[in-house]
Amino acid sequence: MSRLNAANLEIAREIMSRYPVVRSATIPLLHLSQEQNGYVTREAMQQIAELVESTAAEVYGTASFYEMFKFEPIGKYCVNICRSISCHLVGGDDLVEHAEHVLGIKPGGTTADGLFTLEAVECMAACTEGPTLQVNYRHRFRVTHQDFDQLIDDLRAGRLDAEIPPHGTLARERQHIPADKAAGNVSPDTPITPAWMEAAQ
Amino acid sequence: MTTYPWAAGYVAGDRPQIVTSRFHYEDSYTLERYLASGGYEGLKAALAKAAPAVHEDVKGATVLGRGGAGFPAGTKWGLTPAGKYPRYLVVNGDESEPGTYKDRLLMERDPHQLIEGCLIACYAAGLSQCFLYIRGEMALAHERVGRALNEAYAAGYVGKNILGTKFSVDIALHWGAGAYVVGEETALIESLEGKRGEPRLKPPYFPAAIGLYGQPTIVNNVETLSNLPWLLCNGVEAYTAIGTQTSPGTRMVAVSGHVKRPGVYEIINGTTTFRDLLYGDEFCQGIRNGNELKAFVPGGGSAPWFTPEQLDLPFEGRLVGAAGSMLGSGAIMVMDSTTDIPKAALSLTRFYAHESCGQCTPCREGGTWLERILSRICDGHGTSSDLDLLIEVGTSICPGDFPHASSTKLGLEATPFPYKMTTICFVGPSAYAPVHSALTLFREEFEAKIVKRTSIPVTVGH
Repeated sequence: MSRLNAANLEIAREIMSRYPVVRSATIPLLHLSQEQNGYVTREAMQQIAELVESTAAEVYGTASFYEMFKFEPIGKYCVNICRSISCHLVGGDDLVEHAEHVLGIKPGGTTADGLFTLEAVECMAACTEGPTLQVNYRHRFRVTHQDFDQLIDDLRAGRLDAEIPPHGTLARERQHIPADKAAGNVSPDTPITPAWMEAAQ
Repeated sequence: MTTYPWAAGYVAGDRPQIVTSRFHYEDSYTLERYLASGGYEGLKAALAKAAPAVHEDVKGATVLGRGGAGFPAGTKWGLTPAGKYPRYLVVNGDESEPGTYKDRLLMERDPHQLIEGCLIACYAAGLSQCFLYIRGEMALAHERVGRALNEAYAAGYVGKNILGTKFSVDIALHWGAGAYVVGEETALIESLEGKRGEPRLKPPYFPAAIGLYGQPTIVNNVETLSNLPWLLCNGVEAYTAIGTQTSPGTRMVAVSGHVKRPGVYEIINGTTTFRDLLYGDEFCQGIRNGNELKAFVPGGGSAPWFTPEQLDLPFEGRLVGAAGSMLGSGAIMVMDSTTDIPKAALSLTRFYAHESCGQCTPCREGGTWLERILSRICDGHGTSSDLDLLIEVGTSICPGDFPHASSTKLGLEATPFPYKMTTICFVGPSAYAPVHSALTLFREEFEAKIVKRTSIPVTVGH
C-alpha cells in the first residue's frame, strides 16, 4: 500500500523520462508518493531510491530537507497560516492564535478527528493580501477571523471538496509530453552543438 | 487603476505594460487567449533571426535580472564557455523572499508568456533543455503552467522542430518542496539534481561555467524571462525607451504592510520613486489610517531598511545600493508609526534563521542566536548586554561595516551596499540585516523593552 501502486508507478516512469539524469526525479516522486499516501513512507523512499538509482538514506536526506514532506500521517487538510513580516504587520499572529483556539491545537498539531493539521509557516507569496493562509497549498487572502471559521465549517462539511483535494495532491493537471512531439533528453555526456547553433556559426 | 477578482493583489494603471498586459483577461492563461493577444509572435521574430542576433538584442536592451541580484541577463548568457555543450536553462520560480510575489502571478496569469520567454532564451544562448522549477507551495501555478505546457506541446510551440525549424527543446515542469534557500541559484541546481538544497561553494560564481550536471547552465528568474516575448516583438528601442539607461523597462513591485492600498504594480523602472509608490494616487495612496510612515524595507526581507528620509530615491538599483540598501526582489514592506520595531525585526530574522540550510556555522548558529536574543528582548527578558551581543553575533556573519541608510536625525551617513560575509550565500547576512537596521535606526525601542537585570533568564527563545 505504501509503495507506489501500478497507476502511480506508470506516472513515476513518465516523470523520470523527462530528466537526462534520473536522480533529478527524486522530489517529484516524493510528491507523488505523498499524494498517494498522504505522507512519505519508508517503503516509498526505498522504492524511490531503486527507481532513481540512489539509496534510501540519500532519498531520506533529500526529503527531510524540504518542509512539504511529512513522514507520518497528518490531517486531511493542512492549514498553513503565514507569520512572515507582511502578514505579521496586518494581524497574521492574531490569526494563528485564533486558529489555535478554534481547532484546539497548537501549530504542528492535528485534530483528533484527523481532519486538520495546523502550521504557522513563512512567506507564501501573497504579501499584499495578508493575513494569508493556505489549505493544502491553495491560497486564501485577507482572512478575517470570521472567514477562518467559515472556511473550517466548509471544509468539515465537504463543501470545498471540488476545489481543495486532500493533503498530498499538489497539481491535478500533470505535464504530459507526447512521444512524437518530444525533443528528447540531452545528456550531459553528449557534447553536441545544438542544430540551430551550428546553423548560426 | 483597476483590480481584477481573478488576479488578487494586482493593480493595473495607466502605465506601460510589458509583462502584465494580459492580466485583465480572466482566461489569460489559456493558449487561445494568448494567441489572440499576440502570443508566440516574439518566438517567431526570434526564430527569423540567427541565435547570436537574438542574444545581442537581449544584451542591447540591458534586461536586468528580476530575481534579486539585478545582473543583466544578456551578460549572464555570455558567461558560458565558448563551444561547450550541452547547456541547460533552469527557470527560477522558487519565489519565497518575504514581501515578494510577482513570479507567482506571472505563472498563474500568463504561463505561455513565461514558456515563450524560456524558448527565446534557449534559442539565443544555445540551451538544449529547460527545467522550469516552481516553488512547491504554489499549487495553482503548477496547474496553470502544466496545462499551458501541454497546450504548447500539442500546438508545436515546444518540443521537436519548433514551428518547423531546426530549433528543438523540451521544457520539463519541476516541483520544489518548501525551502527558501533553494531560490539561490546553485542551491536550486542541487535541488533539481535531487539533492538537499544547499548552495554550492564559490567559485565558480556563475553556474554558466559549471551548473546542472556539471554543465554550463543559465538560471533566470520568471519575471526576467517573461520580458523577452515583448522585447522580441517590439524591439530594443521600444524596450529601452521605457525607464532609464541603466534600468530599462518595467518592474513588478509588491507593496505590502501599512499602506492604504497594498498591491502588485508594474512600474516604470528607474524613475518611479518610493514616494510615488507609497503616496501616489495610482499606487498605494498613503499610509493607512492617516498614520505617519516609520520605516520601509525597499527590496525584500533581506534588504536594509529605509526611513522617510529616503522616500525620494527612485527605484534604481545603483542609487539604492549607494544609499545603503538594495532593490532585491521588488518587494516593499511598509511600517507605520504603530509598528513595534523589535517585533518586526524578530519576524524577519526568525524567517532567515528558520530557512538556514545549516551548512555555514555563522548562519546556522548566528541566525538562531539573533532570533533567540530578539525573542527574549520582545518577551521582556532582555539583558543590558543583549544589544551589544546582537551586533557581535551579526558581525561574525558580516564582518566590517554593514550597509545602512543615512539619517539626518541621527547624524548618520549612508554605508553603501554590499556587505562582506563569512557564509556561502546571503541567507546568513539576511538574518542580520533587519537586526542591524532596526538597532541603528530605532535603538531606543529595544532599550525600552530591556528589563535591567544581571543574569540570563532560565528560559529563552520561543
